[in-house]
Amino acid sequence: MRYSALKIFKEAVTGHKGWKPVWRKPAPKPSYDFIIIGGGGHGLATAHYLASKFDGKNIAVLEKGWIGGGNVGRNTTIIRSNYLHHENEGFYEFSLKLWEGLEQDLNYNAMVSQRGIINLYHSDPQRDAYARRGNAMIMNGADAVLLDQDGVRKQYPFLNFDNARFPIKGGLWQPRGGTVRHDAVAWGYARAADSKGVDIIENCEVTGFDIQNGRCVGVKTTRGKILAKKVGVAVAGNSSRVMAMADMHLPLESHVLQAFVSEGFKPFLPGVITYGAGHFYVSQSDKGGLVFGGDIDGYNSYAQRGNLPVVEDVCEGGMSLMPAIGKARLLRMWGGIMDMSMDGSPMIDKTHIDGLYFNGGWCYGGFKATPASGYAFAHLLATDTPHETARAYRMDRFSRGLMIDEKGQGAQPNLH
Amino acid sequence: MIINHPLLGPRDASEFTYLGDASLMQRPNPKSETAIDDFYRYLYLRENTPGEHRELWYHEQGDRSWLVVTRNISTHEITKVELARDVARSGT
Repeated sequence: MRYSALKIFKEAVTGHKGWKPVWRKPAPKPSYDFIIIGGGGHGLATAHYLASKFDGKNIAVLEKGWIGGGNVGRNTTIIRSNYLHHENEGFYEFSLKLWEGLEQDLNYNAMVSQRGIINLYHSDPQRDAYARRGNAMIMNGADAVLLDQDGVRKQYPFLNFDNARFPIKGGLWQPRGGTVRHDAVAWGYARAADSKGVDIIENCEVTGFDIQNGRCVGVKTTRGKILAKKVGVAVAGNSSRVMAMADMHLPLESHVLQAFVSEGFKPFLPGVITYGAGHFYVSQSDKGGLVFGGDIDGYNSYAQRGNLPVVEDVCEGGMSLMPAIGKARLLRMWGGIMDMSMDGSPMIDKTHIDGLYFNGGWCYGGFKATPASGYAFAHLLATDTPHETARAYRMDRFSRGLMIDEKGQGAQPNLH
Repeated sequence: MIINHPLLGPRDASEFTYLGDASLMQRPNPKSETAIDDFYRYLYLRENTPGEHRELWYHEQGDRSWLVVTRNISTHEITKVELARDVARSGT
């Protein structure tokens, strides 16, 4: 069923009785060519691109809960490609280009809104660093504009420009950045994959891998054994837990990141802004709530909820940037579990076990990466070679000294 | 989270800085023939599975002692707090 204005009109005059569920609820088949573990954004995107771009057939996505119940529904919905290192920037720019064509590709309204993102700077050295980053972005085909204070003031006159400690001197603006309705990404990919024959199997937890003579030939699940020629794991947050079933230790720690929504206001925040002196990023949703977040809590966690000191810290960051939100009340907050990697960058690679492939380590940048991650992982699964934009995301880079460390923090995951 | 410091009693976790898995106390022998691989595993690889986790916390805004905290990372419940120097001496 294709969505169109005509279809909406027809349904409106016939009592909306024609809408049907947009993906099936199939029982698992005994065997598949490809099994993707994890029905989140990345897993569903992988299945979609595998089926639509790489001619993959006989594909299943296994999800232990319901699709989109993990981090794809727990983020602050920001998309951008404003990285410094070329190993990252090309990949995230590829992702942003896929976001731009996503709704036409999926025939699904994911509310992709390129409202622009500004990273604020507060000192001369920070301006120089942002100028360098902007140049790196432009060299990789992305867009970047270095704004002075007046440039920021034109868009956001209400910011705290004259903060005594961290005055706002300007910002690095990426006009093509923005936000996307995050749940719709999961649903849109699921619907598109299902229409290509992908079996999306919910409530099916993988409990082990079937590894024979160094080759993964299938998985054990709560709904029985399923054979597969190739198995791809895309379960960021729980990567260590799942890969432990294949006796692998990963260069990851799981951490909790909290996100927040305020009560609704009239529109006043046109784009996305990030604070350069504290960790705070904010946008305003179409319902009017401020959607914002900050740092991870900083200790290992699988609990999907955080603690109050970070709530205070994030709100302080918001207050020092935009004192106008002082009377706003916090409506909701939640936590998601991140794969925090040892250099702050992800992995999309084969494992040492034939037929077993891994996608994870997204730290807290996984949402914006969803389309490119799915595309690159599908490329790897289909062709056994890395996609050109994801060549650096190898699992062995830590033993070879080829880290991709945007922040230069070293092997300390809670600082990335 | 409240960390029950063995010397100072219950303290708020925000007084502490978190380092990570207590396996970081078991530094490999640099003279071993397998030292390169041992240090790679020591520095970069983590078990990181749910449930009980032994981890290092530094009482930065207190007495600056290092603690080994045993905490369930699925529930945040802390079940044991030891001074890291005691753990190092006992070799566990």
